[in-house]
Amino acid sequence: MHIEGGSHAHAHAVEHAAGAGAGVGAGELALGPGVGPDAVIGAGRRFALLGNINRRKLAAILTVIILAIILTVSVAGVLLGDKGLTADFSQKALAPSREHPFGTDLLGRDVATRTIKGLALSLFVGVSASAVSAVLAVIVGVCAALGRGWLDHAVNWLIDLTMGIPHTILLILISIAAGRGWRGLLIGVIVTHWTGLARIIRAEVLQLRSQHYIAVAGKLGRSRWWVMTRHILPHLVPQFLVGLILLFPHAIMHESGLTFLGFGMPPEQPAIGIILSEAMRSLSSGMWWLAFFPGLALVILVLLIDKLGECVKLLFNPHSAQE
Amino acid sequence: MSDVNIGPAVGAEVSSEGPGTPIEVLRVEGLEVAFSRYGKGWSRDRLKVISNLNLTVRSGEIVAVAGSSGSGKSLLAHAVLGILPRNAHTSGRINFMGKALTPARLKKLRGTRIAFVPQSVEYLDPLMRVGRQISPDRQAVLAAFERYRLDPSVAELYPHQLSGGMARRVLVASAVVGDPQLIVADEPTPGMSKELADKAMKHFRDLADAGVAVLLITHDIDLALGYADRVAVFYAGTTVETAPADDFDARERLRHPWSQALWQAIPANGFQPTPGHQPYAGRLPQGCLYAPRCPRKGHDCGHHAPPTVTIRGGEVSCCYAS
Amino acid sequence: MHLSAQNVSFGYRRERRVLNGLDFCIRAGERVALTGPSGCGKSTLSQLLAGYLRPQSGQVTLGGDALPHAGYSPVQLIYQHPERAINPRWRLRRTLHESWHPDAQFLDTMGIAPEWLERYPVELSGGEIQRFCIARALAPQTRFLIADEMTTMLDMVTQAQIWECVLEQVTARGLGLLVVTHSEGLARRTCDRVVDFRELTAG
Repeated sequence: MHIEGGSHAHAHAVEHAAGAGAGVGAGELALGPGVGPDAVIGAGRRFALLGNINRRKLAAILTVIILAIILTVSVAGVLLGDKGLTADFSQKALAPSREHPFGTDLLGRDVATRTIKGLALSLFVGVSASAVSAVLAVIVGVCAALGRGWLDHAVNWLIDLTMGIPHTILLILISIAAGRGWRGLLIGVIVTHWTGLARIIRAEVLQLRSQHYIAVAGKLGRSRWWVMTRHILPHLVPQFLVGLILLFPHAIMHESGLTFLGFGMPPEQPAIGIILSEAMRSLSSGMWWLAFFPGLALVILVLLIDKLGECVKLLFNPHSAQE
Repeated sequence: MSDVNIGPAVGAEVSSEGPGTPIEVLRVEGLEVAFSRYGKGWSRDRLKVISNLNLTVRSGEIVAVAGSSGSGKSLLAHAVLGILPRNAHTSGRINFMGKALTPARLKKLRGTRIAFVPQSVEYLDPLMRVGRQISPDRQAVLAAFERYRLDPSVAELYPHQLSGGMARRVLVASAVVGDPQLIVADEPTPGMSKELADKAMKHFRDLADAGVAVLLITHDIDLALGYADRVAVFYAGTTVETAPADDFDARERLRHPWSQALWQAIPANGFQPTPGHQPYAGRLPQGCLYAPRCPRKGHDCGHHAPPTVTIRGGEVSCCYAS
Repeated sequence: MHLSAQNVSFGYRRERRVLNGLDFCIRAGERVALTGPSGCGKSTLSQLLAGYLRPQSGQVTLGGDALPHAGYSPVQLIYQHPERAINPRWRLRRTLHESWHPDAQFLDTMGIAPEWLERYPVELSGGEIQRFCIARALAPQTRFLIADEMTTMLDMVTQAQIWECVLEQVTARGLGLLVVTHSEGLARRTCDRVVDFRELTAG
């Protein structure tokens, strides 16, 4: 018997440990060499080390820090005046300095100001797309939960249809059809991004509905609505939040990409995509800061939000962090 | 604890011992298994699921570990095989053929001299043909299949294509491919009819009669009594008594108060309940785990874990055992 | 009052029926055990009687009327795996109150300690959770209790404890009790009438 494929074995062991945690990995630490009194001390020490870092505490701290950064960027984007945005040819194409930490562009605009405003804008697009996607996903989940067969089929068909078309093409088509610019971009991102979360929520609802305790609730005289609001929806909250957060960087990247290709915002708008596409033209002339700082800022923001998603997952579902 | 001295010759892993003199194949001493987990708020604590567990299995015998489901007895099997999840912490001693079972040694022996019979085909890789999965050595697989009257064509099937009875035989066959000295079977019979379960147990009995040591984890004490040589009674994550199966014929022949409580609760023996509850792993009492509901409790039972002593050929962990 | 299945058929797949034109009846106050090998359809019959499944043909009636499909069911089923019959994220108090609000005395007769109410399922053993499932199913409207391998996964002592409480309640309230089990011993200890499932299907 090959034990290597033993993830089932782990799951089983865990079941017996009264929900002690989800097990992955090859149980390497099983019984150390010369397991005995000294091994006990060894295990204790290892535990103490892990205990000090406590991944869950770490996740909570990280969550707060990341949220603070995101909030700061959004607020700064609004509070920063238009001073750095107006063309000033006396300050044209300056390398990074104390006054202009990210340098200035060919029109003498401050790259730092434009980057922060661009990030704030990206965040706004991300929030809008995520919020609308969330609402759509919940509606889909509820449809599945209430068990109206044809409705569920219709929604599922719509999800398949949306996911079947290449993402970027659909985005471009919709944003053009919806009148380009601002509105087109927002609608495009929303229409293309709700499906992933909706599918996760729907699958989760269907899985929950097959649980024995849901059937029992019905026999105890509880209505479908009661079961949905008390048993099903609360179960979805962690999935929902994590899905929502992970949708965020996706939406931001697509927004920037679309803008970079010229289908998004008008050129005067300080969006990351526009800043980058303008910078492309001057890269060969050695003005590296035009693309470097905005690009780096975008990558950091996306990574931060991704990390936030992981942290929230860990906070809601400690079992995923038992190791 | 019985003091069986194993000569150096037994340490040799290549053995050709028949059903002759029984030798000690597996010895578990003071095993503890704890899981670290997150508790309320930010705390992180350890949940002790197995504590102070002692057990020996000799060649040619079936030792059944009987306890209710979810009591952690499967973890004993997983600890012996080294397949506990990563958040498990173990201590204690596990010896195989007289030598400590280190991870390196376990890796070498697992699947050959130490075999595992899991609960169901769900433990098999669903995307791999049964034969290849059991062993790359096709001749050995076919020989094992023949022994359990499985057609060679079964080796070409995927796990989901096996019928219930076939699956059971495949799992047992997979265990004997490597010529094992120890077979660990975790709940091999739930969901089976009496006839099927009897057939499965018969396979284990035959293996034991051929000299293999069998550790059988089960919740079905009735079934275990019919086939096992000795039965280890599990309570709150430890074995309170290991008795010859025959001792379950009469209440007086059992040593531990919990074994006696179990005996008199069997429907055929009186269906008499004993008050109290097994403690939850997170709230184990101090000292003897059975003390809170024990009729024979003495003043020191709440302070010290009882030593394991041998009485009338059975091992019992109780200061007041008779 | 009778709970009866008349000429019921059921199959999970079209070509193979688990039950084919089966008749079964149990009266209020009667204790019947249903024995037979596992996988023969005992569980399917209990789910039909409790209204978890609907027969593909034939009917299940309670006191002459069709089994109600909404509201609290007077026929309650207790299942083999108590931990799957409750919401794992709820405290046991909430799980219990999903059905009714029993008083402290009732909980005491069911062997439920007051402090268990505040615990989560992972902090209780299978036997303790099963007591909650039974207490939950014993609301005043209940007329029939179906125990499908209710104590199979528990140790013998817990099994005897639970049956002592259940039999006391069933007798006191004059409920009908159907015990589905593979154990002949348990069947004889708990019931007045033992029915072999194979005879039901043959006849």
